[in-house]
Amino acid sequence: MAGQSRIFGWAKLLSLMVALVLFIFPFLLLITNSFKANQAITSDPLGLPASFQWDNYVSAFDKMGYISAFGNSLLITVAGVLLIALLAAMTAHYFVRHNSKLNQYLFFLMVAAMIIPFQAIMIPLVKIYGSLGLLDNKWSLIYMYIGFGSPLAVFIYHGFIKSIPLELEEAALMDGCGRVQTFFRIVLPVLLPTSVTIAVLNVLWIWNDFLLPSLVLTSSEQRTLPLSTFYFYGTYTVDYGPLMAGLVLTLLPVLVVYLFAQKYIIQGVMQGSIK
Amino acid sequence: MLTEKGLWTRLRTRLIFTGPTLFAFATVMIIPFLYGIYLTFTNWDGIAVEQSLVGWDNYVGVFKDTVFWTSFGMTLEYVFITVVLTNAVAFLLAYAVTRGMKAQGWFRAGFFLPNLVGGIVLGFIWQFIFNQVLVFAGQKMNIPLFAASWLSDPDKAFWALIVVTVWQYAGYMMVIYIAGLMNVPKDVMEAASIDGASNRKMLARIVLPLMVPSFIVCVFLSLQRGFMVYDLNVSLTSGGPFKSTEMVSMHVYEQAFLARDYGLGQAEAFVLFILVATITLLQVYFSKKLEVEA
Repeated sequence: MAGQSRIFGWAKLLSLMVALVLFIFPFLLLITNSFKANQAITSDPLGLPASFQWDNYVSAFDKMGYISAFGNSLLITVAGVLLIALLAAMTAHYFVRHNSKLNQYLFFLMVAAMIIPFQAIMIPLVKIYGSLGLLDNKWSLIYMYIGFGSPLAVFIYHGFIKSIPLELEEAALMDGCGRVQTFFRIVLPVLLPTSVTIAVLNVLWIWNDFLLPSLVLTSSEQRTLPLSTFYFYGTYTVDYGPLMAGLVLTLLPVLVVYLFAQKYIIQGVMQGSIK
Repeated sequence: MLTEKGLWTRLRTRLIFTGPTLFAFATVMIIPFLYGIYLTFTNWDGIAVEQSLVGWDNYVGVFKDTVFWTSFGMTLEYVFITVVLTNAVAFLLAYAVTRGMKAQGWFRAGFFLPNLVGGIVLGFIWQFIFNQVLVFAGQKMNIPLFAASWLSDPDKAFWALIVVTVWQYAGYMMVIYIAGLMNVPKDVMEAASIDGASNRKMLARIVLPLMVPSFIVCVFLSLQRGFMVYDLNVSLTSGGPFKSTEMVSMHVYEQAFLARDYGLGQAEAFVLFILVATITLLQVYFSKKLEVEA
């Protein structure tokens, strides 16, 4: 019996290994091909590179405007995520601690709005912000992320704040802290684990988002990384080497962060789903 | 409940704490949404300063736009298949990596990997795999299934989209199922195993019923993502060959921004919203009824 279950155990492990290979093989293929010459890619896409073509990277780096795209993505993601987390935490805190009818309605409205798909909003959004002359501006995009991102963040914070005892805050208020000071000194630190969840969910979304930036950012120097990848890929479709290198360059920051923050990222997604 | 003295102090606290969020929320979601409803009754072409009201014309147009309904039907089919497959694969993976073996953290990390990358990049990577790698392997090893690129055959291109979608989202849903599996109370499991329940029986009678909340969340998420698929559609197949894989979200985009018929595009987006909202709410309503207490 023991022997049989050991064979069973090995079979399970083996099938998991096969599944894992299926999941990461596309990335490995991409990386090996990014070092090959064009001709080697088309004649044998499965082979390992014979010599390393760093030229692919140089030309992709150049033509994508990598530095500028990376900088734009970084600014938009960092500013967007920080502002969403901070503002949503304040709003959720206020809603929980001032549980009036009005606040209940406002909270309900935000939660209900989560079901509206972006496609139902994008056309009027472009029209309104276009007529106000607010398109093609990174800060408009960040502002829009706050609008689209705050309902979920308020919802998650709301659930968590309900479980925090009120005494802590009351003590601080007694001691003469103002509302704002109490929030920053007492409440915000307690919210840290939830903020990590909010940050993970929003980084994954904002860093990789394509449709909204493609509508808002029209000039090439404003482009984010997904946008510049898209235009780069669309313009140079014959030359596979640089294309592969370009995709690797887009992946690279994500992979580096994942290597260090893997546990938090998976934890964050897990927490976010249980609400 | 915290209360403060003075109307002005109260108002100031409210503005500081909720003002920025509510203002952004209102101006980015609520006002455009309402204005969007108004736009469905106009004939704006994207350039003219003025637009005129055309009544229900756009909605009549939606019903006459056979391409919209074809792509909506195709999207339904795509959503149904991807929801079933994604969740089946995700649950199996979650079940396999919560059995307490070594290195399960690495497996989880690996399966989750595709979710870190945007649909645009994933689509381009798989475009390369379908056009070059699989064709190469198919010809070398004589596998007729891969001898010609899937992306140039309308039926297979549809399945290519499904393969990549399942591959992309299974890891995300797996993480949610792992959380659900870990929440199944240990004492219930122990009691069942003392009573002599087999692994399979425990799965069917205890684990699955207690996992209903996770299934609700995952089916809800995969439904929404399925209906809204855009990035992957654009970069993997760009709707082709011959518009055979143009999903409804991409169709709305094309109708508004490329065909410059914003009124009709917005009406289609709105019809899409109503249909999707109805389907997802029905799903949540009916699956809530399956929930049990531990």
